[in-house]
Amino acid sequence: MERKTKINALDDKQEILITREFDLPVELLFKAYIEAEIVEQWMGTKVLKLENKKHGSYQFETSDPKGNVVLKMNGVIHEIISNQKITRTFEMENTPFEVQLEFLQFEKLTDETSKLNMHVIYKSVAVRDQILKLPFAQGINMAHNRLQDILNQKTTNHDN
Amino acid sequence: MNVRRDVFQAIVDPTRRAILLLVASQAMTAGAIAANFDTARPTVSKHLQILTECELLEQEQKGREIYYNINAKKMKEVADFIEPFRQMWDDRFNKLESIMKNYKTT
Repeated sequence: MERKTKINALDDKQEILITREFDLPVELLFKAYIEAEIVEQWMGTKVLKLENKKHGSYQFETSDPKGNVVLKMNGVIHEIISNQKITRTFEMENTPFEVQLEFLQFEKLTDETSKLNMHVIYKSVAVRDQILKLPFAQGINMAHNRLQDILNQKTTNHDN
Repeated sequence: MNVRRDVFQAIVDPTRRAILLLVASQAMTAGAIAANFDTARPTVSKHLQILTECELLEQEQKGREIYYNINAKKMKEVADFIEPFRQMWDDRFNKLESIMKNYKTT
């Protein structure tokens, strides 16, 4: 399968551009961003609040399989125009990463296809790079925690 | 075949990442690795096979035993940090697309 999602991150810039084309009318693409129960499905997170209006706010909460909350995210919507754009902030709570600014642009290509441009601006190049590294780092961390669990379990079993 | 992408598919699996972590500290036999997991031995063997195929692990014959070593060079290549981030968004967007396609028909 071809790589549909593209990331453009220049070395010394504190921003990235994520682009993706969809086999969906722009109305459906936009809908996936404003309906809480749909956002929950594709983002894999719980939506506590999603106010689709100027100066509205949103709150997401992600849990591990055991139900422990692992990440809370929130932000404020600065501008929202149906089927065209969402400008918002995004912040991961209880992390060293400061808030980022996101410009989401929804573009109609044909009646049945659309494109999303997500322009994200970070506080610094260093913060950007750290956030880009998160998915890899988290993967390794999760594996490490699981390993720790297994090892702890083993030790307990030995004691019995 | 795109070998590089295969490497990322290999490390997406949590058990395989745990194996890499285990072996990172010392070379181990398949049996010793399997002893760290609740998973059935053949499943662990399959994971080892995949990791070896994409060169994240190297096999080394020591006497009668085969030891698994981590391939540091390959691991460094994987640390090209943007790819997992891109993969994460690609997965999300693929999901979004398939969910919304259902909306279309109903």
